Amino acid sequence: MADGSRSGTTLARSNRRWFWTFVTPFLAGLVVFVYVPLLWSLYLSFFDARNTVTPTSFVGLGNYTYLLQDRLFVDSMVTFIAFALFIVPLTFACSLALALLLQRITVLRAFFRSAFFLPTAVSYVIASMVWRMSFFHGARFGLTNTVLSSLGLDTINWLGGENSWYWLVLVSLRLWLQVGFYMILFIAGLNQIDPQLYEAAALDGASAWRRFRHVTFPLLRPTSVAVAMLLLFNAFQAFDEFYNTLNTVGGYPPYARPPLVYLYLISFGSGAQDLGIGSAGTMILTLVILVFAFFQNRLLSIGADK
Amino acid sequence: MRPSRWGTALAYAAASLLAVFFLLPFYVIFRNAFSTQQHLIAPRWNWLPNQLDTTTLQAVLGNANYGVLNALGVSVVVAVAQTVLTVVIAMMAGYALSRWRTPASRVILGMTVFTLMVPAMVTFVPTFVMVSSLGWISTYRGLIIPVIFSAFATFLFRQQFLEFPRELEESAAIDGANTWTTFWRIVVPNAMGTVAAVGTITFIGAWNAFLWPMLIAQDPQMRTIQVVLSQFMTSQGIRYPEMFTGALIAVAPALVVFLFLQRWLVQGVARSGLK
Repeated sequence: MADGSRSGTTLARSNRRWFWTFVTPFLAGLVVFVYVPLLWSLYLSFFDARNTVTPTSFVGLGNYTYLLQDRLFVDSMVTFIAFALFIVPLTFACSLALALLLQRITVLRAFFRSAFFLPTAVSYVIASMVWRMSFFHGARFGLTNTVLSSLGLDTINWLGGENSWYWLVLVSLRLWLQVGFYMILFIAGLNQIDPQLYEAAALDGASAWRRFRHVTFPLLRPTSVAVAMLLLFNAFQAFDEFYNTLNTVGGYPPYARPPLVYLYLISFGSGAQDLGIGSAGTMILTLVILVFAFFQNRLLSIGADK
Repeated sequence: MRPSRWGTALAYAAASLLAVFFLLPFYVIFRNAFSTQQHLIAPRWNWLPNQLDTTTLQAVLGNANYGVLNALGVSVVVAVAQTVLTVVIAMMAGYALSRWRTPASRVILGMTVFTLMVPAMVTFVPTFVMVSSLGWISTYRGLIIPVIFSAFATFLFRQQFLEFPRELEESAAIDGANTWTTFWRIVVPNAMGTVAAVGTITFIGAWNAFLWPMLIAQDPQMRTIQVVLSQFMTSQGIRYPEMFTGALIAVAPALVVFLFLQRWLVQGVARSGLK
């Protein structure tokens, strides 16, 4: 500030004081609980750290090569990249479809919106309990198996792992719990579109599909980008419903291990408890997410106006 | 813009069918909580409950081994404290980041936005390392403090305060109020919509959190309700009606908050997509 007068500097100093008063609690927390752990983790990933949080011996890239040679870790990463490629478009399409459906509804719209949004209030733990113990119980008394046997079909051991039906259980649970949240995002986006544009398109004789393709979808792009990004982060962060649906008295089965479940088991499970390997895994996962976020962003901005 | 009559009928049919599917799990929790074990494992699925009284409820709450009451207490403390602290901290930081545009402010804003990009739970291993070296395992501090610095909430508040009319603050300054007083007396009361939105989202997230409380609550006395319910599913001694009574008790506060604050929740969710 060029103003060298006494009152000017006092004002600037007092402003600076207020700025730091307001921002310090948050900044301190961000540094202590996000940035320091991330850097520490990076450091720890080059060491052995069995059953301890202090590094014991330097192993260089040993933890990274160990992970990349561990079939369970590679399986987990490959499976969840495939899972993300599947669940992101599916959840996206379902939430958008619900938002568009609600636009057609006038009577009882608030009721239907609440019904679709209500699962947002439920925890993954409780949803897993319903899905695992009632809907998809492997025994005959499960709802889906009752339906199957009344149709004269064989019952299915949904979560047993001798088949891939557990994906149906996990995907349906995830959709039930998540689509309402993204539906609300789409509704907010749709509400910002000027209704006159639709009227103009209708006057031009545009069909419903053409109106969606040329008016709704392009104008919804900012919302779509945000939703796709949140969905991507969410897909790689899956933990609660997998853990609670598949974990048994005997431990977590070797299939359908999301990266976070793998990291949890390797860092805190009954076996190795190696936080060095856990930290290396965190680094690999963070990198994978950032790379995917980057490419998804590029993909979604193709054809954007600016 | 005349939707066809058939199209409208189809939309209502689809919405009604979907609503049944979306509400079914809630009914099943209720049915399971008010049935007997034999009724639930009968070879044919029973739609109606058969024990509409408080027998199971009393058994669940009365059995200290289950620890449901204790866990509810822990969950209330954690969720309320986490909500209040998150809102206050994010509100102050959001105000600073919108009000003062200095190089330091820009750097901190950049750090906040980067944190939005790195999903919070992905870093649970390093954060756990941090918390355990502070000696905070199995404490309220460990459960609450690491999760109250929300980049998301701070960013929302910043966006809200950018729109706040500066004249109101300036007239307060002329009346002799300092920045601190102006913030709490003038700025915050005008941002109650965002406070309610962030508060509702934070509360429901805190009440339903699972991974972090599971890592931190190694002492059974510090387990939250979600951790206790999760352990029910892999324990041998507990029956289905008791398990789902626990679920019913745990889902009730979140549903009450949801029904009363739905408007704010919708607003908060809607804002979270607007960058």
